[in-house]
Amino acid sequence: MNLLVNGDKVEVPDSIETMAQLIKYYQLDKKVLIVEHNLTILNKEQHQYSHISDGDKIEIVNFVGGG
Amino acid sequence: MLDLSRFSRQLLFQPIGENGQKKIRAKHVLIIGAGALGTASAESLVRAGIGELTIVDRDYVEWSNLQRQLLFSESDAQNRTPKAIAAKSRLSLLNSDVKINAHVMDASVTELEQLIPSVDLIMDATDNFDTRLVINDLSQKHHVPWIYGACVGSYGISFTIIPEETPCLNCLLETVPLGGATCDTVGIISPAVQMVVAYQVAEALKILVDDYDALSGKLVSFDIWKNERVALSVAKVKKETCLSCGPNRSYPYLSYQAQTKTAVLCGRDTVQIRPSINMDRDLDSLSDILAKSFDGKMAKNPYLLSFDTGEHRLVIFKDGRVLIHGTKDITEAKTIYHKYLG
Repeated sequence: MNLLVNGDKVEVPDSIETMAQLIKYYQLDKKVLIVEHNLTILNKEQHQYSHISDGDKIEIVNFVGGG
Repeated sequence: MLDLSRFSRQLLFQPIGENGQKKIRAKHVLIIGAGALGTASAESLVRAGIGELTIVDRDYVEWSNLQRQLLFSESDAQNRTPKAIAAKSRLSLLNSDVKINAHVMDASVTELEQLIPSVDLIMDATDNFDTRLVINDLSQKHHVPWIYGACVGSYGISFTIIPEETPCLNCLLETVPLGGATCDTVGIISPAVQMVVAYQVAEALKILVDDYDALSGKLVSFDIWKNERVALSVAKVKKETCLSCGPNRSYPYLSYQAQTKTAVLCGRDTVQIRPSINMDRDLDSLSDILAKSFDGKMAKNPYLLSFDTGEHRLVIFKDGRVLIHGTKDITEAKTIYHKYLG
């Protein structure tokens, strides 16, 4: 499956069906994130229900604390 | 009469101009933290001609700071000069018209509550979310805008919080980020710092000249090594139920219960730090991060992780508590805590 993640075209395994699975695939599941799926910001509960399809546009912002 | 000639290139920039320059001159900015972000922000704002700068930091200059923390010199590291003091002495050479207040102290609720009501803008240059959430609540309470900025590795993030307008940090973070990568575990490169500071200072100048329409309104993040950039419109994330900025606000991070608790353990040369919220630390991933980044002796059991840095020993419990052996000084212990645990 091809996705546009943070502006880059990426290919991810077809077994990934939900946003929660994609986040786990990127090993971001323990991070605090803001995720936008096709221009809509999801809250955390929506990650496991949000279905991902070929060509979707996804933006992921990870909150970090350093400075 | 103030001589504006040194600001000629800034005056030529139409959105600032002479009128904007006078506004900048009338403003007082508080920078919390004098590390990489804080020193770079301070230098830009002092050169830009703000009227007054207050800078707060609890730490002293170390050799490993010099790679990216702009205002410091080798002699500061040699002498272990407090960062706020070293910053002030360098800044005074850059623009002697700016009134600079340097505070060597831990920025907790009591200290910040005294500083924030008299400033026009707060620049975040801290290295932890505990302090940021305190800043966030005080910003809402006293109607002072603040600009979140953070970076680690080649990654950075920034967002401008305007009370009553934008979502606040507590709206954006559904939970408080814990542990994870810090500049002391995965490193930091200077261009990532400078990029965050560029976003923060540009937004600061817009606020200082009252050009609120020009603010980005977006949560910006980037990875300057992977060549990624994201800008999300997060206006809809503002929550009516938010306890920091909503109508039924209680400023939860200002309460005693919400603050990180520290206690010196008598006769043990040890400080205990208990985080503000109950947590279940992931000791496996924490030991991976620490092992990758440091030479140190590590020991682990299902309840705790012990990590010996040579000078200090950190004992990190699954319930969140951390014992820092080898110091009786709470401020030093907090510095060590945030260095290794974020």
